[in-house]
Amino acid sequence: MKNPLESLPTTIVMGLVITVIMVLLVQAIGS
Amino acid sequence: MEDGFSLIFFIRWLHVLSGVMWIGLLWYFNFVQIPSMPKIPDEQKPAISKVIAPEALFWFRWSALSTVVFGVLLAGMNGYLVDGLLIGINTEVARDTMIGFGMWLGLIMAFNVWFVIWPNQQKALGMVAVEADEKAKAARTAMLFSRTNTMLSLPMLYAMVAAQNLF
Repeated sequence: MKNPLESLPTTIVMGLVITVIMVLLVQAIGS
Repeated sequence: MEDGFSLIFFIRWLHVLSGVMWIGLLWYFNFVQIPSMPKIPDEQKPAISKVIAPEALFWFRWSALSTVVFGVLLAGMNGYLVDGLLIGINTEVARDTMIGFGMWLGLIMAFNVWFVIWPNQQKALGMVAVEADEKAKAARTAMLFSRTNTMLSLPMLYAMVAAQNLF
């Protein structure tokens, strides 16, 4: 199976998804 | 600040300068160099592998280190180093959580640069002599961890900018 990190667009999409998860975690932990 | 100079601001400036160089080179590798390599004729590839990449990697790894050093100094001087590393679990302050995520992502990325990408790039670029199989494996490992850092750079930069501006 191809590693998703081999694709630059997929890498960026995964980075954006992690960003959204991080923002939700900040709201959950920090307030 | 009356005299127009703040040591904390100066450290922040150095942190940002180092960070721009680090992430700029990371994005150069991932957005420009790696996708371009297959398009370059074999006889011209040494220009990248023997000249440009080693030079870029020099500035890449040292700017990564200086970004972390100035970042840790900055967090310590501002008094949120421990609260950030604990991602605000102790303070329940959203800003500490946000800067904490940014700090941890930056630390993981810097670790990848020094302890995964750089050792593997030395093998991939022929700076350390290894067998052909190991060379190919090292090149793939370096590429995947470089991609990992590109992925992590998005939330890391969001956290850094948000902690400074949204709270």
